[in-house]
Amino acid sequence: MIAPEIYNVNEKGYYGQFGGAFIPEMLYPNVEELRVSYLSIMAEPSFKEEFEALLKDYVGRPTPLFLAKRLSEKYNTTIYLKREDLCHTGAHKVNNTIGQILMAKRLGKHKIVAETGAGQHGVATATVCALMGLECIVYMGEIDIQRQAPNVARMKMLGAKVVPATSGSKTLKDATNEAMRHWINNPVDTHYIIGSVVGPHPYPDMVARFQSVISEEIKWQLKEKTGKTNPDYVIACVGGGSNAAGAFYHFLHDEETKLIAAEAAGHGISSGLSAATTFLGKPGVLHGSRSILMQTEDGQVVEPHSISAGLDYPGIGPMHAHLFESKRATFFDVTDDEAIESAMELSLLEGIIPALESSHALAVLPKLGAKPDEVVVINLSGRGDKDLETYQKYIK
Amino acid sequence: MNRITALFLEKKTQNLNIYFTAGFPKINDTKLVLKSLQEGGADLVEIGMPYSDPVADGETIQQANQVALDNGMTVKLLFEQLAGIREEGITVPILLMGYVNPVLQFGVEAFCQKCQEVGVDGLILPDMPASVYEEEYKAIFDKYGILNIFLITPQTSESRIRHIDEISHGFIYMVSSASTTGAKSGISDVQEEYFERVNAMNLTNPRLIGFGISDNETFKKASSHSAGAIIGSAFIKMLSTSTDLDGDTKAFVKMVKGQ
Repeated sequence: MIAPEIYNVNEKGYYGQFGGAFIPEMLYPNVEELRVSYLSIMAEPSFKEEFEALLKDYVGRPTPLFLAKRLSEKYNTTIYLKREDLCHTGAHKVNNTIGQILMAKRLGKHKIVAETGAGQHGVATATVCALMGLECIVYMGEIDIQRQAPNVARMKMLGAKVVPATSGSKTLKDATNEAMRHWINNPVDTHYIIGSVVGPHPYPDMVARFQSVISEEIKWQLKEKTGKTNPDYVIACVGGGSNAAGAFYHFLHDEETKLIAAEAAGHGISSGLSAATTFLGKPGVLHGSRSILMQTEDGQVVEPHSISAGLDYPGIGPMHAHLFESKRATFFDVTDDEAIESAMELSLLEGIIPALESSHALAVLPKLGAKPDEVVVINLSGRGDKDLETYQKYIK
Repeated sequence: MNRITALFLEKKTQNLNIYFTAGFPKINDTKLVLKSLQEGGADLVEIGMPYSDPVADGETIQQANQVALDNGMTVKLLFEQLAGIREEGITVPILLMGYVNPVLQFGVEAFCQKCQEVGVDGLILPDMPASVYEEEYKAIFDKYGILNIFLITPQTSESRIRHIDEISHGFIYMVSSASTTGAKSGISDVQEEYFERVNAMNLTNPRLIGFGISDNETFKKASSHSAGAIIGSAFIKMLSTSTDLDGDTKAFVKMVKGQ
């Protein structure tokens, strides 16, 4: 008998062959401190109580599970939207930053550094730093600073210092490099709040646990509405993959629920302008873990492209690499144009303007082939206010 | 015997290790810089394999990496450039420094085999964890006689320093301060205390001190607490403005050594 597949992290920090902690010695003490203590800190009753109270009263959880009737009609199936877009700050990112700021305080850190792509994680980090009175520095690619101006203004208004990352492709990958360098240079008093399920162990697991509230709520909400806890499909977009990790988490071992990941294909996977990692990448090491990444034959990281800053990343979290390799999750490639079309469709059919990132998850619907008696849950990870400048160009 | 091991048996102090990026400033400068460093009197040479995402490096070395990549530098090409150097009179111990991903893509065994073939003595891969080296790659490194050099920092605990000393051969790379390369200059009293604290541990392996070393003063100071020092960013800065690579490289080594 073959042992059942394990999709959670193992005691060495791996998901199958992916994960680990590939970090320079300079970061070892910080990452080791976190590794040794994160599970026990998260299990402390006082931590749980504070985390849950903030999720409820500050973030506004539980977020609704909304039956999208007109969308369901169009695709001839039953579609629920998990409304993470209604979280305080406009996306799921804040679930993680609340958890990590409480973690940082318990580790005695009083400065925070973070990276951001679309700016959602930067805003969510700046927000919790303001709430807790901690100093906040956010690294953001120079190109992303231009295309996500409203979020830059938000971070500044919340008291964060926004530092442009000017190396490489000047996007999320480079912002992550700069944040790691900042941490190397400031190891004693600073905690690095990584925004996705990437980075060295224990970050992917810790972030997935903080985001797992999404699937925890989906289960009981769906039970209330339909009488069963498990849908036929859960769909989420994957850049690094934090919203997908949260939406999948409590379904990982419920194999009757199909897990669907939407990757940003940019202009198309064969165009040379894409961020669809599982289609174009192979195993390698980036930002502290072994995963799948887009790279040249020589092992240089390839600069990705997506219309969505939050998905414009050449790797995926190690958990997703394992879900891909083990075929537990099915990956779809979604182009810029398909994502825009789905954003317009949801706006017109349901009165909800989704974030460009979440639009990639919606764009799986025409390709999914869900049957009329099946239930589909789409994680609507963020709202589209920050993307209006992009959307304006497409409004007919 | 491995050239690094032989060097430290022979010469216990004032060893100067100079880092430069392969394929920088021009793609075919690798061998020229290497030769000039040996002739100038460098005791070890560390050749950087350029990488797109060098997280442990500061701006100077990042830029050199980018220039080298734009020049078309690759791992494969580096081995081609280094082929035959030992027959051509290069005797200085050579280390390759870089990040783990290009080595993984080349194939760890193929990489070590190439190192042995062209006469590379050791590797510095800052993002390869000691545990992964021990479990997955040590046997391969040993098979081809390649030394893996580990780093310690002011934040490394005593027990971890002892463990690193146990698994190290050649020398230990002692990072002088918590920083990326080229971020800070000079050596403070606090750093000297750290050097002495490690000295007092009576480790098996000699230490070379790197980060913040740039001239004769800092070289002498670092050498007084260790077997020598490593210079990277200051040399790269010099190379990037040099119009006479051979002459300037030799002059740089002599300046640092105070000759």
